[in-house]
Amino acid sequence: MSASLLFDSPGPRTIARHRMYTVIAVVALIAIVGYAVIRLADAGQFEYDMWEVFITPRYDKVILIDGVLNTLRMAFSAIIGAVVIGVIFGIGKLSDHAFVRWPCWAFVEFFRAVPVLLLMVLFYYQYGITRGETGAYWSVVFALTVYNGAVLAEVFRAGVLAVPAGQAEAAYAMGMRKSQVMMIIQLPQAVKIMIPAIISQCVVALKDTSLGYAVTAPGLTFVGKQIYVGFANYVPTVIVIAAIYILLNLILTAIATWVQKRFVGEHKIDMYEVGGGMATGGGF
Amino acid sequence: MSVLFDNWDLLLVAFAHTVLLFLIAGLLSLLFGTLLAAMRVGPIGVLRKAAGVFVTLVRNTPLLILLVFFRIAGPKIGIQFNWVDIVWGDIRMTAFFAAGAVALTLYTSAFVCEAIRSGINAVPVGQAEAARAIGLPFTDVMRAVVLPQAVRASVPPLASVQIALLKNSTVTGVFGVTEAFSRMRLFTNDFPTQRVGIFIGFALIFVLLVEIVSFGANRLERRWRIA
Repeated sequence: MSASLLFDSPGPRTIARHRMYTVIAVVALIAIVGYAVIRLADAGQFEYDMWEVFITPRYDKVILIDGVLNTLRMAFSAIIGAVVIGVIFGIGKLSDHAFVRWPCWAFVEFFRAVPVLLLMVLFYYQYGITRGETGAYWSVVFALTVYNGAVLAEVFRAGVLAVPAGQAEAAYAMGMRKSQVMMIIQLPQAVKIMIPAIISQCVVALKDTSLGYAVTAPGLTFVGKQIYVGFANYVPTVIVIAAIYILLNLILTAIATWVQKRFVGEHKIDMYEVGGGMATGGGF
Repeated sequence: MSVLFDNWDLLLVAFAHTVLLFLIAGLLSLLFGTLLAAMRVGPIGVLRKAAGVFVTLVRNTPLLILLVFFRIAGPKIGIQFNWVDIVWGDIRMTAFFAAGAVALTLYTSAFVCEAIRSGINAVPVGQAEAARAIGLPFTDVMRAVVLPQAVRASVPPLASVQIALLKNSTVTGVFGVTEAFSRMRLFTNDFPTQRVGIFIGFALIFVLLVEIVSFGANRLERRWRIA
């Protein structure tokens, strides 16, 4: 608990003061939340009509299948592709040959720094626009694959470098080749450390699937738009869609934490440090 | 790519909007995020919880949803930015711009809070304990011992967050702000044969901007580093 770091254990006067602050804070928070609720109620946002869609089984099915399922499919397709790209370019950046290392470095730095939305629109106009909904779907997946792949390449590199040097040295001493050392010794140990980081990247990918809105790709935001345009229940729709995203992300985060505890232990890849000081805003 | 050179004035205006969004939302998110971080590590349990809930909710909501809220849903319940109307030549900071800036600020604040908190957590417990042991009062413990170390430790994650903000500012282009992304889309529509060139041009400018922020952060980090 950080409180124990910053503060001495409080004496009786401090406890009394904190109690007073607590009361003030509670009153202020209730006032803020109450004001928001009254504002929503005044605008008629709690009327049954506004929420009816979300308790109608037919529409729930649309939200779950066209929305949630498509969003999850896009996110996981992108992450699987990103892991492949990440492995290739992460290892490429560690290559002993400059003619492999430099192109990999350029690829990773370029796609990490480019907003994923620009990439998505490029793919959409180049490939997706003539192919309807599947075109938009794959434009989103490709864009997220390339972007997350570039981010994961840095994660993989950091993971491989985090494996103790003695492991590789011992493998070389046994007469293994470079590729054997990487595939048999370094990568398996690195992957174990990296799994939580990869799951965290799933959260980023999942949130970024919402950008498919810009290219009319299927998914939660698309279904949400259809609902609020059709029923004019803008605020409830935003609340429900946001809640679904938050729930999915919290589940993913919980899985990442569990895996970290269960399989990895203390050793953690810090997403901020992954760039080796050259921060390119990887983890968001 | 010749479109970009022929229409350099439009390009400049577009990136001026991007940079303005970045600066405004960046500054506000630093302020608001610091406030949130103070609440999150403060002694008042209720505020700790409240800030924690806010950060968890906002961090796990896609930015696009926040923008939908402020641009499309908000006006229906009286959250409007029509009073914002600043025009400098071709640079128009109107309701669209304000809604975008507010959404970006809220979203980024959650990450700023986490970055600062990680900086505070990076200060070893013994530092504060030692400071108290030599009799420093609370304000001096913070001013002379904890905060200087915490601020230094949070520079790299903060830079990362601000760079993400720069890239995220493109999402406002979907909601009517004439910044870089919407300009790229217009160019792409008008000059379909030069799509790839247009993309590369815009992408390289973004790489340049990201490198500038990154360079600044590195300089700051090196300057503040204790030998």
